[in-house]
Amino acid sequence: MSSETAHPMVKAEGVHKSFGHVEVLKGIDLEVAQGEVFCLVGPSGSGKSTFLRCINHLEQINAGRLYVDGELVGYRQKGDKLYELKDSEVALKRRDIGMVFQRFNLFPHMTAIENVMEAPVQVKGESRAVARARAERLLDQVGLADKGGNYPSQLSGGQQQRVAIARALAMEPKLMLFDEPTSALDPELVGDVLDVMRELAESGMTMIVVTHEMGFAREVGDSLVFMDGGVVVEAGHPRDVLTNPQHDRTKAFLSKVL
Amino acid sequence: MTEPSDKAPHSLVKKDGTPPPPTDGDGAGSQASATPPESIKAIPVRHYGRWISAVVVLALLGLLANAFAGANIQWSVVGEQITNGTFAWGAWETLKISVLSMAIGVVLGTALAVMRLSPNKVLSTVAWGYIWFFRGTPVLVQIFLWFNLSLVFDTLNLMPFYKNDMNEVMTPFVAALLALGLNEAAYMAEISRAGIQSVDEGQTEAAQALGMKGSRTMRRIVLPQAMRVIIPPTGNEFINMLKTSSLAFAIGYGELFLRGREFGARTLAIMEGFILISLWYLLLTTVFSIGQYYLERYYARGSNRALPLTPLQRIRLQLTSFRNPSRVGGTAV
Repeated sequence: MSSETAHPMVKAEGVHKSFGHVEVLKGIDLEVAQGEVFCLVGPSGSGKSTFLRCINHLEQINAGRLYVDGELVGYRQKGDKLYELKDSEVALKRRDIGMVFQRFNLFPHMTAIENVMEAPVQVKGESRAVARARAERLLDQVGLADKGGNYPSQLSGGQQQRVAIARALAMEPKLMLFDEPTSALDPELVGDVLDVMRELAESGMTMIVVTHEMGFAREVGDSLVFMDGGVVVEAGHPRDVLTNPQHDRTKAFLSKVL
Repeated sequence: MTEPSDKAPHSLVKKDGTPPPPTDGDGAGSQASATPPESIKAIPVRHYGRWISAVVVLALLGLLANAFAGANIQWSVVGEQITNGTFAWGAWETLKISVLSMAIGVVLGTALAVMRLSPNKVLSTVAWGYIWFFRGTPVLVQIFLWFNLSLVFDTLNLMPFYKNDMNEVMTPFVAALLALGLNEAAYMAEISRAGIQSVDEGQTEAAQALGMKGSRTMRRIVLPQAMRVIIPPTGNEFINMLKTSSLAFAIGYGELFLRGREFGARTLAIMEGFILISLWYLLLTTVFSIGQYYLERYYARGSNRALPLTPLQRIRLQLTSFRNPSRVGGTAV
């Protein structure tokens, strides 16, 4: 494990986000420690995916402060003024944050191994040989060593999602975001993806996982936040929140999904 | 060091030591019935309408052929002159200006499409204005505008590099090239824009999440996928261009139509000349239709599980497997 430094990996202070007149996040405060597996659960429309997307600035927040690894997301603060970051500066920060999408979003015109190699070669300027070696290792890690030459359309959903995880890991991120990674999968394919995520968690990766897989949250998660209506309703250790929820809304939600 | 992502691999292949179950190949079907069931023998639906319409079409074609045969056309002239260098040379000029104009159109059109979709208001407005003008005026007018540009700018003055009389610069070839190319760019911009917008937004997000900048995302991720949508109408545009370039005859550019017409006027074989011109245009468009098929096939990779067979492959397959010819459905070969 890395030597624990003082600041948390992610810190949110009163984060607000609106789409037009619809306020999706109504003041989120939370902290994610380094090396932690942090699960976000809640009904759809509760804002958990939006919050996740704010962390790597795919969405811009309207109020509050959001820090990743001690640095403000999307802005630079000088005195009491905020300056918007340029596209290239935002891109630079995103290198350190891996993201896995519900709908995989693999590049369909590239084979699996090309998908994994793309960012290291194009963004970091790595040589193809180095990138290929790492891509082969990562595909092996997610159990797809023999699928490198396949196009995404030739892979099952579970295989595609594991390639997507390998693609994100290829940038050697210090934080991984998972946006409902198993929600678009057939039930029998969910296990393979969760196994890969479990191994990743055991290797010490900081992970924020939006999920409906309560079993995964209970077994792997270090902390869990239940969100509803754009606010954090309840937070704590997954075992406590899932087995002994304090709030009525949490109880009502859990009674439906467990 | 920080993330120990290097020491993980070995521990990851795990569980009970058995290799992971193959989730892709289907192991089922091994107990498929040994004797295939009796195939259905039914009387197919009779399509009487098709037979009647075929007869009508043939009759009309016969009448048309009769009219041409009876007209004062010396078919022997057509046969003799089809290889005449005049037409071959004209076809070459047509091909040259079409390819060059199309190249201008594709490059400039893609740039205009990206500008049009840019959040930068200056860029998107310039692109909008360009498309508005060049799509809104006839290409024939644009050809004359360029050809007579010396009435506005009498010298072309690129100060340290080049300076010349505009009439010297604006030859029929240059005027036609600019008019056709810039006009085409307006149409290609709209085609490219449709292609770019057809690419799923998740692709851009995935690229951004990996730390790619906007320009690289466009070049590496979005445009290659947009090509699948862009190529078919671009093929159409090129075939259109082969024919539209005939308008350059109006300013004396010696392409296929101009030379064919001159041949007809010189030899007094008017109709024969136009028939020869048509045959040469058909040759050009047919060749490029075939090229377009293979280009579309190339950019379809990854979107289908298997590439469709080329006509040659299909013929070869027919020849090698004539014993069981009914290969219906998606069975790979």
